[in-house]
Amino acid sequence: MKTKARNCPTESSAANPGCPCRANAPTHRGRRRALKLGLLGAAWSPLTVFAARKPGKMRPQAGDHLVFAYGERQGEIISPGDLTLNAKPIEAYPKQLASNVIRDRSRLNALLLVRLDPQTLPPTMDKYAANGLVAYSAVCTHTGCTVEGWDPATQQMSCPCHGSQYAAGNAAKVLMGPAPKPLAMLPLSINSGELTVAGAFSRKVGFKVNKY
Amino acid sequence: MNRRKHPIKLGLLILALSLTSAMQADDLFNNNASNLKSGTLLKDRPTYSPVTEQRLTKPEARNWLMYRGTYDSQGYSPLDQINAKNVHQLKPSWTFSTGMREAHQAPPVVNDGYMFVTTPHNHLLALDARNGELLWRYERELPEDQVQMHPTNRGVALHGDYVYMATADAYLVALNARTGKVEWEQEVEDYASGYYMTMAPLAASGKIMVGVSGGEFGIRGFIAAFDAKTGKPAWKTYTIPAPGEPGSESWPGDTWKTGGVPVWITGSYDPASKTTYWGTGNGGPWMGDARPGDNLYATSVIALDVDSGKLRGHHQYHWNDSWDWDEVSAPLLLDFQRNGKTVKGLVHPGRNGYLWFLERGKEKINFVDAKPYVKQDVFKSIDPVTGRPEYNLERKPATGKVTTFCPSSWGGKDWPPAAFNPQTRLLYIPANDNVCGKLKGQEAEYREGQLYLGAALEEFEVVLHEDAKDYIGELQAWNVDTAEKAWSVKFKSHNWGPILATAGDLVFAGGTNDRYFRAYNARSGKLLWQQRTNSGVIGVPVSYEIDGVQYIAVQSGYGVDAEREQALLNLSKGTTTYVPQGGVIWVFALEKENNQ
Repeated sequence: MKTKARNCPTESSAANPGCPCRANAPTHRGRRRALKLGLLGAAWSPLTVFAARKPGKMRPQAGDHLVFAYGERQGEIISPGDLTLNAKPIEAYPKQLASNVIRDRSRLNALLLVRLDPQTLPPTMDKYAANGLVAYSAVCTHTGCTVEGWDPATQQMSCPCHGSQYAAGNAAKVLMGPAPKPLAMLPLSINSGELTVAGAFSRKVGFKVNKY
Repeated sequence: MNRRKHPIKLGLLILALSLTSAMQADDLFNNNASNLKSGTLLKDRPTYSPVTEQRLTKPEARNWLMYRGTYDSQGYSPLDQINAKNVHQLKPSWTFSTGMREAHQAPPVVNDGYMFVTTPHNHLLALDARNGELLWRYERELPEDQVQMHPTNRGVALHGDYVYMATADAYLVALNARTGKVEWEQEVEDYASGYYMTMAPLAASGKIMVGVSGGEFGIRGFIAAFDAKTGKPAWKTYTIPAPGEPGSESWPGDTWKTGGVPVWITGSYDPASKTTYWGTGNGGPWMGDARPGDNLYATSVIALDVDSGKLRGHHQYHWNDSWDWDEVSAPLLLDFQRNGKTVKGLVHPGRNGYLWFLERGKEKINFVDAKPYVKQDVFKSIDPVTGRPEYNLERKPATGKVTTFCPSSWGGKDWPPAAFNPQTRLLYIPANDNVCGKLKGQEAEYREGQLYLGAALEEFEVVLHEDAKDYIGELQAWNVDTAEKAWSVKFKSHNWGPILATAGDLVFAGGTNDRYFRAYNARSGKLLWQQRTNSGVIGVPVSYEIDGVQYIAVQSGYGVDAEREQALLNLSKGTTTYVPQGGVIWVFALEKENNQ
């Protein structure tokens, strides 16, 4: 069982997005219990998986569309033309069209959608950006506030709670403040003018209780 | 070397060990909670002295049973083994690393050998107060989608055999003080709506009372009481009146629904009148012009009947708050002299920079007098009868405007509690002077559970007065009978140090960015002793005695607003001061007592 868990890819593929390990896990009750017991010693938290079961709480999946999180167009699908170069990021949530479910039941799915000049983006962002459109997790990695601030001149995103600043044009690198790590990126793709999610977050979203 | 076998062996070993320890825990505590860690075996733990109402009303000098030691919030210990003559012999007796980062602000609460300490993210530690042996440790599992704007916790309350903690996900948890077993937990409000809790609960009259944080998240603040034994809700009193209730006329339209007014510091209690006194926080959003009116009962002291929660009186320190000057510190209950008469008083060094003297009447609170204790450029005058300030409107932040004002939003004194020594008649205030604030007001849109601020925090700045080159932080001593400053100790650093006063003619406090914890002569302010610690000391210090030895205990662990102010001071001054994080409980005793 452990071998199987270990073989799971850390980056999920587009064909098997979200949490592939869990999706493929045996559903038989006894085997699941055995799996749990086996993993007891390992630092593996089943809670993250429980949170993701309801479609509205599940992390974004490949193929999801993105919708406006707030404002007059709340719930409407965002198309590439809605984004202006270097303008304040649009707050968005993923939406699964087939089930008509917006995944807004978890704050951890809140996204910041921004259009940057594709020529200026570093190669590390190639996997995630689609023609200059980039989606970041909106949840600050320090203590979980929504990263609301934006400086159009420098393309810096900032957290109003404790002042952490992230470089939108450089994979949300932390430029200042107490945030311990960058915001997660969500890969995007544009097909026939439709903006969709291309895979899973680049890293765990949200903040971690900092022990030292 | 067979590389395959080892992981399996290791896995089996870990499984066996975890099963064994789980079985042990079950046997000992009848408790399956995986978030409970046991240190000492139950049979080896001291017996626990139940905390009766009588003990809470008149705590033994040897114990520290609540946030400020006593219901009057004086922060005063009658112990005098450690005194001004011998404090230079004070040495660390033991320390304990909490393993946590962020702000360690809780007092070590002590009941006959048991010490209870809370940490950020709601870990609760029970230690043997003699030697620092871990008895048990409860680690609350907090929801991963919550916001923690202020990762801290300010300690426990004790009642009967239980110890109580208010949590960041807005629950009140009651644990068995001896075993750490969760006896009950009660949701106080929905964290997803922006509510959270950081205060130490108040235990009185068979109830456990808590207030809620969230003044920056569009909450409607309240204080709620729960049955100490069962957790059953007893009463809930909002700090913002609903339409039709007295005071509701001070909130236009629907602003009362999201007007903030949190309560995040433990209240005081007068057992004679069965009245609790609470300080209330800022109105929300921050710009007062978003909610024109006085906004009762924001930035006030409110008096509540302990059994019904009924409002018995209030005094608003400043109306239509626009500076984020939470007046959450509960007033100290003490008698002071005025014009030849003894006044049953409420004394409050305000975040607005004024020192307030009030009278606690039977069904109302009367204004006595007030005067600034730091540079304050907002109040033009104070009505001598009502105490209502008149503002210099140029210093009142507003939407679409950039305003500077003194003191800054962190005030003359933020949450760190002042202390009073009844022998010296001096009130000790952890103050900050010469730091002014700059706010840019902007419109705020309410979204449930999200920041609802009304100010551009990215443009939140400190502006230093020219005197800041001489000092910012201060430890001030005020004679409560003359309302005159007796002495002051000045620091280059800002000061976030809660204060302990003792009968040994001593004042203990840390609070500066140089990581020192210090003892001063209570009558002169002379520095008598200091100890450099692991981090900045922003914890509430306490004193207790066991087996004839007096101890001083405090947590060192910098974070939250002290850290944020340091970052802004660095920007303003061009300095690079760095205060390391990480919590440690420090316990001190006299050298000769240590050697016994």
